[in-house]
Amino acid sequence: MSADAATHDDHTPSMWSWKRWVYSTNHKDIGTMYLLFAIFAGVLGGAMSGLIRWELAEPGLQVFNNETQLFGMLTLGNEHNYNVVTTMHGLIMIFFMVMPAMIGGFGNWFVPLMIGAPDMAFPRMNNISFWLLPAAFLLAFISLFVPGSGGGDGFGGGWVLYPPLSTTGHSGPAMDLLILSLHVAGVSSILGAINFITTIFNMRAPGMTLHKMPLFVWSMLVTVFLLLLSLPVLAGALTMLLTDRNFGTAFFDPAGGGDPVMFQHLFWFFGHPEVYILILPGFGIVSHIVSTFSKKPVFGYLGMAYAMVAIGFIGFIVWAHHMYTVGMPVDLKAYFVAATMVIAVPTGIKIFSWIATMWGGSIEFRTPMLWAVGFIFLFTVGGVTGVVLANAGVDQSLHDTYYVVAHFHYVLSLGAVFAIFAGWYYWYEKIFGVKYNSVLARAQFWLFFIGANVIFFPQHFLGLQGMPRRYVDYADGHAFWNMVSSWGYVIMAIGMLLFFAVLIESIISRRKADANPWGEGATTLEWTLSSPPPFHQFNELPKIK
Amino acid sequence: MRFLTALALTAITSASAFATPLVGQPTDRALGFQPGVTPIMEQVNDFHNILLWIIIPISVFVMGLLGWIIIRYNKKANPVPAKFSHNTLLEVVWTGIPVLILVVISFFSFPLLYLQDTIPSDPDGEIPPAEFTIKAVGYQWYWGYEYPDHGIEEFASTMIADEDLRPDQPRNLAVDQPIVIPVDTTIRLQVVAADVIHNWAMPAFGTKMDAIPGRINEAWFHVTQEGTYYGQCSELCGLRHAFMPIEVHAVSRDVFDRWVEMVAEDPYSTEAYQLIADNSAERMTRLAQLD
Repeated sequence: MSADAATHDDHTPSMWSWKRWVYSTNHKDIGTMYLLFAIFAGVLGGAMSGLIRWELAEPGLQVFNNETQLFGMLTLGNEHNYNVVTTMHGLIMIFFMVMPAMIGGFGNWFVPLMIGAPDMAFPRMNNISFWLLPAAFLLAFISLFVPGSGGGDGFGGGWVLYPPLSTTGHSGPAMDLLILSLHVAGVSSILGAINFITTIFNMRAPGMTLHKMPLFVWSMLVTVFLLLLSLPVLAGALTMLLTDRNFGTAFFDPAGGGDPVMFQHLFWFFGHPEVYILILPGFGIVSHIVSTFSKKPVFGYLGMAYAMVAIGFIGFIVWAHHMYTVGMPVDLKAYFVAATMVIAVPTGIKIFSWIATMWGGSIEFRTPMLWAVGFIFLFTVGGVTGVVLANAGVDQSLHDTYYVVAHFHYVLSLGAVFAIFAGWYYWYEKIFGVKYNSVLARAQFWLFFIGANVIFFPQHFLGLQGMPRRYVDYADGHAFWNMVSSWGYVIMAIGMLLFFAVLIESIISRRKADANPWGEGATTLEWTLSSPPPFHQFNELPKIK
Repeated sequence: MRFLTALALTAITSASAFATPLVGQPTDRALGFQPGVTPIMEQVNDFHNILLWIIIPISVFVMGLLGWIIIRYNKKANPVPAKFSHNTLLEVVWTGIPVLILVVISFFSFPLLYLQDTIPSDPDGEIPPAEFTIKAVGYQWYWGYEYPDHGIEEFASTMIADEDLRPDQPRNLAVDQPIVIPVDTTIRLQVVAADVIHNWAMPAFGTKMDAIPGRINEAWFHVTQEGTYYGQCSELCGLRHAFMPIEVHAVSRDVFDRWVEMVAEDPYSTEAYQLIADNSAERMTRLAQLD
């Protein structure tokens, strides 16, 4: 590194220089780009769920009937296009919204800050990790406009991509584009995972042992290990799918000695750790917020850290609970029932430790704390329905019904997303250097809290009554709760508008942020820096204790 | 949160408050399972009720703790925060009690699982051994059925379009060629698929089995009540996934035998269809009079 470079890096480049962003090797700039990308993808994925709830608002085909026009110009096609929308809603929310927001966004921003490092270990790899993501998104987006199945454009086989629906069932190029998209997104995540592991293991400030590391960093460490171990399995399965489709192999084709169920095993060996990838960073975020606003240290720090490690480990040995109806031997099912239920134990430890952290505290219910407390309760609800579903005996009735949809939206739409908003409002001033209007932000919380519950709680009833997932139209006996659920979407959509109102208001009024807006409870290193932090921080490494 | 409690409490208390939940198809505004008509589904329902008595109190307990924290430990009520961050006993307790709860759950869970997955074969058992086999074949987008033990060749069972429905037939659920089974008889179901994966699901029986190309999956049911039962494909299978329902008529042995005779000759026999339609109309009148 020449002396010239060092002096050059001392000042912050202009926000309007395109090179600053495209060539960025700065963890904070890259983190910001990840966050903006996640907002963009989240709006698109959220709009898709709007189409779903519009279609399901009443019995019959409202939207996907080749007639109804959007903005008076664009028909949304047929039932196949509905399947495309549900598929892409899932993939976008998972790969392009939650993961970029939590891992790419908050992870990039706050892992180096919290461990007292100047940047990530491999800044250029960080750049390519990010820029692969828009490329992946573009491939997925193009897939919407090229032939999928005989039914129309795009891939409508569900985010799980089960063959033969994803091979012979969708012979058009849409599925190939989607496979490539997920390959590229997977490479992006694996590179990111390598970067985080190296950073966390090698760049902690002097004195910060693993057991003094902030819990968010612990959560990221576990998360990226799950990514590193599970994504290659997905990549393998996707590659086999690609060769089955294009080069005459028969990995998943029984006519050639293959087995469609093999794909499901491979997919869920990735897919189950994936759902913990989506939620674990949220655990970390919520721990910090709860501790900050209670003005108390996290209760049972080591238990919290190792509960996440345990969840990560068990997450790898429970995958076939997604497959109770494929015709597995009963003893195998029994194993997966037992292993799955065990996850409730470390999860319970986390819930109760958060409560114990708040117990005896002097709690300020500021905006991030609202989201965090909301998260704890709603995640509990999603967790207990998970215990119900773990039992293969009951799951026989609930598998692939709206009960499952309700369950995983409680842990993801109400769990992961609430954690993301909690983190967003916790670190907003730190990231952008301006204050936000907390009245608007609280209103957003309440609209989300009410709206999300109105959307998803009735879906438990629909599932118990037997309404299957991924249905464009349903029996008339499911009408009432579907209508309620669709009204919930309207409430949540207004909440989403408020989110942008908060963003725009804060940009316009430019109230200068404090270094530490939360006071004595905020003890991690990022609060020792200005808001926003200098372009390069910790040129002199902080000493811990 | 209050809204949630209200909903949760309604779910537990008023599951039985509905005047007449429909049998064999979904009931609007209902909160729980469809009424079960097989020993398996009755047990699923019982087990689920036990689970509700576990999960709702847990949710309420967590909500109560959060509520207490909000009241008692807010900044005004408690200006000086405590400093503790460990309590080994407490941590042991909240690890141990969930383990115990899970053990209790497994006492109910495993017997149900093994009962579901083992096709009865003991002639002296509570549930008699399987008497015959029905083979269901999933196609895009209809079901084919075969009764190999009765010499009934495969026939196609397709959803009836909205405009062709009789007034007593539910939309999206009724088919042109329903399958017919005798009551109080154990039946083996073999499920296969011809193109992509489908799933043969019947809520009132507690049956749900994937139809996967290249493998034969087996399930069984033992229906104890005459009636018409509707189910739906439960694995995404493409364009018309939502429109390949399942209709099963459980009838007396006598009616079943007559139906078999007609269908063995011609799977699409209109006489057989009429027999089943009359039978279900008769049953409905009978039930209406009972009400």
